[in-house]
Amino acid sequence: MNPRKLTKAGVAAAAALALSFSVAGCGDDGGGGGTGGDNEKITVGIKFDQPGLGLKTPDGTYTGFDVDVATYVAKELGHDPGDIEWKEAKSADRETMLQRGDVDFITASYSINDERAEKVDFAGPYLLAHQDVLIRADDNSITKPSDLNNKKLCSVTGSTSAQNIKTKVAPEAQLQEYGGYSECLTGLENGVIDALTTDDSILAGYAAQEEFKGKFKLGGFKLSNENYGIGVQKGSELKAQINTALEKMVADGSWEQAVKKNFGPAGYKNEPPPKIGEIVR
Amino acid sequence: MFDFLEGYDLLGAFWVTVQLTVISAIGSLIWGTLLAAMRVSPVPLMRGFGTAYVNVVRNIPLTVIIVFTSLGLFQTLGVSMGAKDFTTINFRLAVLGLIAYTAAFVCEAVRSGINTVPVGQVEAARAIGLDFPQVLRLIVLPQAFRSVVGPLANVLIALTKNTTVAAAIGVGEAALLMREMIENEAQLILISVIFAVGFICLTLPTGLLLGRLSKKVAVKR
Repeated sequence: MNPRKLTKAGVAAAAALALSFSVAGCGDDGGGGGTGGDNEKITVGIKFDQPGLGLKTPDGTYTGFDVDVATYVAKELGHDPGDIEWKEAKSADRETMLQRGDVDFITASYSINDERAEKVDFAGPYLLAHQDVLIRADDNSITKPSDLNNKKLCSVTGSTSAQNIKTKVAPEAQLQEYGGYSECLTGLENGVIDALTTDDSILAGYAAQEEFKGKFKLGGFKLSNENYGIGVQKGSELKAQINTALEKMVADGSWEQAVKKNFGPAGYKNEPPPKIGEIVR
Repeated sequence: MFDFLEGYDLLGAFWVTVQLTVISAIGSLIWGTLLAAMRVSPVPLMRGFGTAYVNVVRNIPLTVIIVFTSLGLFQTLGVSMGAKDFTTINFRLAVLGLIAYTAAFVCEAVRSGINTVPVGQVEAARAIGLDFPQVLRLIVLPQAFRSVVGPLANVLIALTKNTTVAAAIGVGEAALLMREMIENEAQLILISVIFAVGFICLTLPTGLLLGRLSKKVAVKR
């Protein structure tokens, strides 16, 4: 490379760097401060990879129950669906995103527990889910939770469901942990794994996917109670507004509709809508 | 401040990390040396295989290799490594993946060591009637290893940290426990720092000890 070219490359790199900084600056202005008021945009954290709850489709739109709830709540807060900026909220990042103010609220299969409630405030709960198992549709050997003990189970590395299996539900069972649910599903399909376990809402979302229809069924065991709440920054006034919105969503039937739309095809028997502030242990 | 650590087997998790590291290190040292021998051997087929192996394997992300051992070898092809329960199967698959990957880097380090041995010595060895394996075993490799202790220490430190990828197929080592703790405790930064310090405790002594060893055994030319 001759010196002239080198200078050119240097200028290009510097320009790219400056550009990326300025873009980052814009992002901060748009995303962070939007707690209603003069700013029309609202930023919501969801999962991007959970069919039925929060899924980013290849054409860039978002589907799922969490998305529907968030859209309804945002509408009640005075934001059109077009003004919602969706951000991916991975499980480990959720508290940090709220504390930093990256998002206004989070609807991302966010179970309320004491450790989390110390860091953030929860509106809702808006859904009562249970840990359950997904088994092959032709598998009749698993009819009650104790049947799981000599089976091969699969869940996501480090998740609450995986830990629950190890310590409480079926300590004798073999547990395979993978980075994502899709690896478990491959194993379930070809018989290496007998059951995939996590929240029934997530399982129903997978079972309802086009390519898995009719292949899997839910066990229907209530192995734990997961109260999905909407996470907001500690002390935020949004909590009360979101609670009002959630109550309205249940009252006008949109809640029921969203459940049917997202979980219906999997034969998922949902719990009645939970009462605001009532956490089922 | 640290009362959330209660109920977690931190030492047990790091012990699995150490086991993964040591077994994979021994395995990749052997396989890597064999690969290096192939790459300098007079047989074109072996040279070709050695070169192809190194260039393919070292350019595949480790995560892909590790996940492939589980999804491809175990789930699809039914290779269970002579074990019945998931814990043992996954551990052995992870060791296999780590050896396959790290050996490529060991091979290149050893080969660079072989290049430090003056050609005259090899010619002299051949002149007194030693064949290729003998030249390698008696003359070249002993000197080569002494000059690559430093680079091999680098590979070992990288391997220690690479063992965290084994969490992707559910081996219960440090990174898996870290994910469990982050899930339960909502203490992201503190937990990350604890595990970072744990890894430094493993790798810093390795680096210092092997650094001193490399100075001591280096061939003065």
